[in-house]
Amino acid sequence: MRCDEVAALLPSLVDGVDETNLAAERHVQRCLRCQTDLVRYRKLVRNLELLRTRYIEPNPGLLAETLAALSDAAERGAVRTLVTSRRLAYAGAIGGTVATAATALLIARSRRRGALRVLAS
Amino acid sequence: MDEAELIGAARSGDREAFDELVRRTFVDTFTLARRLTGNEEDARDVVQESYLRAWRAIGKFRGEAQFSTWMYRITANTASTHLRRRKRHRAEPLDNVVEPAEERPELQPSPAVESVDSLQRIGAALDELPPKLRVLVVLKDVYGLPHEAIAEELGISVPAAKVRLHRARRKLRDLLYEEGAEAHAV
Repeated sequence: MRCDEVAALLPSLVDGVDETNLAAERHVQRCLRCQTDLVRYRKLVRNLELLRTRYIEPNPGLLAETLAALSDAAERGAVRTLVTSRRLAYAGAIGGTVATAATALLIARSRRRGALRVLAS
Repeated sequence: MDEAELIGAARSGDREAFDELVRRTFVDTFTLARRLTGNEEDARDVVQESYLRAWRAIGKFRGEAQFSTWMYRITANTASTHLRRRKRHRAEPLDNVVEPAEERPELQPSPAVESVDSLQRIGAALDELPPKLRVLVVLKDVYGLPHEAIAEELGISVPAAKVRLHRARRKLRDLLYEEGAEAHAV
């Protein structure tokens, strides 16, 4: 392999050698230029890991704003739940009333038909 | 209360418990949001949206991972959505948004081998990456998330995630070690 071909594979060589970059690894072992470049990638990845515990301080007030936004969202959610449960209760009550009325109507009709049959006979 | 107790209480709808989890993870989550977005303004939106999503989904969180790790995944997903939306609605290029980060070295365990200046330079170089590449390098190289988790949160395939990481590292290397940058090499 040539140096320019190996250069394209160096970023993944940092994570270890596998069948896709084995030839590149062999080249690096005997090429000082590519070794130097690989060292740079390794150093870069090591430094990126160090950023993990390097915290960035948020502006003062952002935490309070976030907690307030959560409060609003939770209240909206609670109101929505309450409205939904009330709607369900109203719908249930209306449904029950309609069902009772329909049953009463059916009973009244069947009784009326029965009375008419008696009269006709 | 320890974290497991707070999570249990929050799962039962205890807002105070959830607020405490927010307080404990806030700087960490904000730092991730800031690194993913590359600027303060977007980081504010992302961090707030992330905690709102977490509150809505806390019932599904089983506690297998740490709360902060769960927040990383939510933040990554939120930032990805936010940056896509932002790209659609704004005309200015996203790739070169660089704002000075207010970092607090006094909070950090001081790295034995690298100077604060070197790490700041790397942080600035990260901000110069295009968002699509920056997200990969932050999640994989800074926060150590596996490729599979990253791919899932970003809605891309694992090979695509690996290719983007590869490109991101090359770009960072160019920014930090190319001629001209060599004098300030980290």
